[in-house]
Amino acid sequence: MRKRCLEVVHRLAKKNKNVIFVGSDLGVGVLDNFKKELPGQWFMEGVSEQHIIGMAAGLAMSGKTVYFNTIATFITRRCLEQNAIDLGLANLKVRLLGSGGGLVYAPLGPTHLATEDIALMRSIPNMTIVAPCDAEEMERAMLASESWDGPMYVRIAKGGEAVVSRPELGFELGRAIQIQEPGEVLFATTGVMLQRALEASALLAKDGISSGILHFHTVKPFDSAALLQAAAKSRAVLSLEEHTVLGGLGSAVAETLAEGNLERPPLFKRLGLPDAFPDQYGSQNSLLERYGLSAPLIAAETRRLMSERLTPAIGG
Amino acid sequence: MTETLDFRKQGRQVRRKITEMVVAAGRGHVGSAFSLVEILLALYKGGVLRVDPRNPRWPDRDRLILSKGHGALALYPILADLGFFPESELMKYCRRDGILGGHPEHHKIPGVEASTGALGHGLSIGIGMALAARMDGKDYRVFVITGDGECDEGSIWEGALHAAKHKLDNLTVLVDYNKQQSYSDVSEVCPLEPFADKWRAFGFETEEVDMDHPERLLKILKSVAPKSRPRAIICHGVKGKGVSFIERNLAWHHKGKLTDQEVVNIYNELEI
Repeated sequence: MRKRCLEVVHRLAKKNKNVIFVGSDLGVGVLDNFKKELPGQWFMEGVSEQHIIGMAAGLAMSGKTVYFNTIATFITRRCLEQNAIDLGLANLKVRLLGSGGGLVYAPLGPTHLATEDIALMRSIPNMTIVAPCDAEEMERAMLASESWDGPMYVRIAKGGEAVVSRPELGFELGRAIQIQEPGEVLFATTGVMLQRALEASALLAKDGISSGILHFHTVKPFDSAALLQAAAKSRAVLSLEEHTVLGGLGSAVAETLAEGNLERPPLFKRLGLPDAFPDQYGSQNSLLERYGLSAPLIAAETRRLMSERLTPAIGG
Repeated sequence: MTETLDFRKQGRQVRRKITEMVVAAGRGHVGSAFSLVEILLALYKGGVLRVDPRNPRWPDRDRLILSKGHGALALYPILADLGFFPESELMKYCRRDGILGGHPEHHKIPGVEASTGALGHGLSIGIGMALAARMDGKDYRVFVITGDGECDEGSIWEGALHAAKHKLDNLTVLVDYNKQQSYSDVSEVCPLEPFADKWRAFGFETEEVDMDHPERLLKILKSVAPKSRPRAIICHGVKGKGVSFIERNLAWHHKGKLTDQEVVNIYNELEI
């Protein structure tokens, strides 16, 4: 996914001399062709993330569109103030390409995990947040970024994910994609949780439970109209994210449902990472499993939610 | 206007305006602004900066970034005097219907190049602008003013590394080395010495100037810039410069309401 993401940057840069790529201290050989072909639009600036975002702001204020890639958490957690002031307040065309969104770097431990990146970026006015589910959707997102105003954070997954996005469903930044028609259950997904939702949906179908999937490749701006429309047709809504349940997709869904005042509010559950630093290494998959984000565990949680009795009203 | 810049006279006028603004708003970073006055006068009134107040976004303009955004009180009267915005804005400093805040905002104030106040941001932004000038084949220059306390920020030194890496001879950093930060003396809170040597070691052509003689700063700014390396100018000054009881007085780093007597005393010293 990262490879495709950076390839598109290269393509955009060939077309437009004002497109600039900046890396921090990326792996050897990254974008060698880009460097060779367009040396004036290619920068590798070292382990200086705060500086790079400021520099990107200065370039963008001078008419450039800047794509900056490094490890997601070093962009979001370390540089929050630069993101807010230099990019958000100034509303500049800088694209932050965060590698290893979520639990990708599980073996490397909590210093390298990006499990609250979306929450941090979501709190910054003017910031757009995109988390594609596969390389194809990444390509569509990156192509759309060319004409999109303001700063954008792009969450990059591990790579090699099964391609599940479908070109015929279109792609527009800020618009959720209905992957499956609403059923009894609605899964709201972002990033690679779409794949898990599809698997969980197949498991539930065997039990006769139908499920719809609404995929939010863009978490901000949040497509609340699409959510409310689909939620109104569903008995239960589950948000799925490889991210803390605080402040990310699940929060956006919860806020929208809470203020949506649907006539028949659906049952609701946020599935994501707990508010805790992971206490294990292992792999991305093993941690996802541990936190209930494997397809069988998602299906089980869905069944449990469907059978949940409503909390009686106070005094009722 | 270039050869005859009267630092003494204009410095007093700017300090008078700053005082009027602080009186109107009931607050402001007085000491931090007073030490900055001559640096800004040299740049804006000494014929150094190529700017056009009628066309603040002129693509070929020189860029000045006041990275120590809390010094904005010194910048505003000068920008108003040059015609970037009406003088009437000055008395609306920090007011809900004004454009001038306690820290300057780029999208609100004509002539302000970056929103600063969170320290340690301006140098990197300036580096981006200087790189863009080179890419676009433009000859505009970038000036960044930092505070001395601001140089406690690691991001300043990240920027310094990269300014040298890119041999940015269109970039000048001016440090308002007034020797005091919010809590106490710089030498106590976070010593910077040997300060000029640090900038030299980072690859800057480094000059030091005593701000009791601002015409020397002007001379350096007008001299031919070094080739293939950025320039740093350490401006040795005094916090609160220009009014005896404000100089070196930390109570004036950020000041709330002034008493009538304080105002009279300031005006008396400024002899306007």
